[in-house]
Amino acid sequence: MLADKDRIFRNLYGFYDWGLEGARKRGAWDGTKSILTKGRDAIIEDVKASGLRGRGGAGFPTGLKWSFMPKKNDGRPHYLVVNADESEPGTCKDREVMRHDPHLLIEGCLIAGFAMGANTGYIYIRGEFIRERERLQAAIDQAYEANLIGKNNLHGYDFDLYVHHGAGAYICGEETALLESLEGKKGQPRLKPPFPANVGLYGCPTTVQNVESIAVVPDILRRGPAWFAAIGRPNNTGTKLFCISGHVNKPCNVEEAMGLPLRELIDTHAGGVRGGWDNLMAVIPGGSSMPLVPAGADQADTLMMDFDGCRDKKSALGTAAVIVMDKSTDIIRAMARISYFYKHESCGQCTPCREGMGWMWRVLTRMAEGRAQKREIGMLLEVTTQIEGHTICAFGDGAAWPVQGLLRHFRPEIERRIDEYSRNADAHAASRVAAE
Amino acid sequence: MSVRRLAPADVQPKEFSFSKENAAWANVQVAKYPAGRQQSAIIPLLWRAQEQAGGWLPEAAIRHVAEFLSMAHIRALEVATFYTMFNLEPVGKFHVQLCGTTPCVLRGAEGLKKVCRDKIGEPGHVTGDGKFSWVEVECLGACVNAPMVQINADYFEDLTAESFTQVLDAFAAGKTPKPGPQTDRQLSAPVGGPTTLTDPSLYPTSTRLG
Repeated sequence: MLADKDRIFRNLYGFYDWGLEGARKRGAWDGTKSILTKGRDAIIEDVKASGLRGRGGAGFPTGLKWSFMPKKNDGRPHYLVVNADESEPGTCKDREVMRHDPHLLIEGCLIAGFAMGANTGYIYIRGEFIRERERLQAAIDQAYEANLIGKNNLHGYDFDLYVHHGAGAYICGEETALLESLEGKKGQPRLKPPFPANVGLYGCPTTVQNVESIAVVPDILRRGPAWFAAIGRPNNTGTKLFCISGHVNKPCNVEEAMGLPLRELIDTHAGGVRGGWDNLMAVIPGGSSMPLVPAGADQADTLMMDFDGCRDKKSALGTAAVIVMDKSTDIIRAMARISYFYKHESCGQCTPCREGMGWMWRVLTRMAEGRAQKREIGMLLEVTTQIEGHTICAFGDGAAWPVQGLLRHFRPEIERRIDEYSRNADAHAASRVAAE
Repeated sequence: MSVRRLAPADVQPKEFSFSKENAAWANVQVAKYPAGRQQSAIIPLLWRAQEQAGGWLPEAAIRHVAEFLSMAHIRALEVATFYTMFNLEPVGKFHVQLCGTTPCVLRGAEGLKKVCRDKIGEPGHVTGDGKFSWVEVECLGACVNAPMVQINADYFEDLTAESFTQVLDAFAAGKTPKPGPQTDRQLSAPVGGPTTLTDPSLYPTSTRLG
């Protein structure tokens, strides 16, 4: 278990003052100027050396992403955009950062903006987080007032930071959809290339980064990349905010070391699976877009909570939102509800996604009742592969994977329900014949 | 994708324009974006228009915002119909958005839906006194505090059918119930107290940590 001194988000639960004064007592805004005096390249090298990988779901190396920004300014401004459109079912970590440790995020924005030559940053927060938005804006106002950011600030690097909000569209968490939305349009993802690092917000070089990825940067640079890199396993370094929801005794958010075994994570922090570990049916380790991992000795029992650990079980760490399902769960109905989510949230731009989401949901809803043909199971799998990789953005993949996970591990349960339904139908017909 | 239409003509007000305060506020929003990029401010402006119009977005308001930002009406209509937080039909004074996505379902969202049906009616229906309406929405991002609802700007978390009923009754009685977890719990910390961040030496005053 991670020692308390190695935790970055020291006000995760809001026990302490979120404001500037409280944040300073916990170490925020300490030595920011000396970090900036190291220079752009040194900061990017440090972030690379820490092994930090993006915390928004894809796990792309953060330092490498920053290095894609043009080194020389060609006359177009550079932009930093922070993705605070946290909407992946199961995920509620960025909310805690924004309402309890907003100054870590603001300081991270200044440093990241400096490292990529951006003088302007936008934080795109989901529309439903109204109170969090007010809190974040209040913290930014404090930072302006203390002259920590803005024009001619104490740190000697002009940097303006604005809060922008959405209005309830999951797809705006996709970086190019987010940029479209920030430009005042429907949130429909753009074709890549060109990538945002070359043509992003308003056609200018832009880097979009998750809240948690940005908020951990000041501490990494203060304590040194070696500190961060020493936590977790190689290629999966550092600490991570985990959200443990569903059928556990004490659902919670917690910051832990990457690579912690799933069982230890749940038993230590979430009070164990409801009804004991043996009552586990399946777990979704990384938010609803990732395939589930069933209970079992070679599955959930030995799942290590980091990028490689989840990949070993044919799933992914995603946002590290652990959704636990015990044996009372109707697993097919639970997955059908996830399919409904994707049907509701598809932006409608690509045909495989727009049509496929509704199709998958309808078939899964019938399968949950058993009102299906067994050949449709294979057909459903085939349709998921026709959606996966055939859309502009990764939304199609993220909707296809949970269905594939269900079919991979719970096919016998689907078949059982189909058998049961047709047996009931036969029995019903027979009793009618007998009555006549 | 969700298909959304504007409210029928007979409920649409004829005119809408920003109040003086809101117009001033809107100009501050527009200034956040580079010159000529005022369209960026459309979502915040539509949101403010919805608040001014009583919780829903009439067509006249959408047109007003489009003109305020020098945009084609159709572009503003696209935005208003794309984003699901814009209510295109009238809602109650207390508009309940009930999270019905899997993490909340696992913890009992179905039971909360029944409370809504019993006390308010079908989704989208506004009660006779104009006080309540409800809809099922997708994940609101408070999954470790499931099941939960959003009522106007606030989240009410860790609900049971009983505590949710109490919250609704309190609103009906003109009170303002306390938002956040409705159980004895500190926000997203585990019930019974946190398992981490318990080292008091983390929180001395003004000491450099790490």
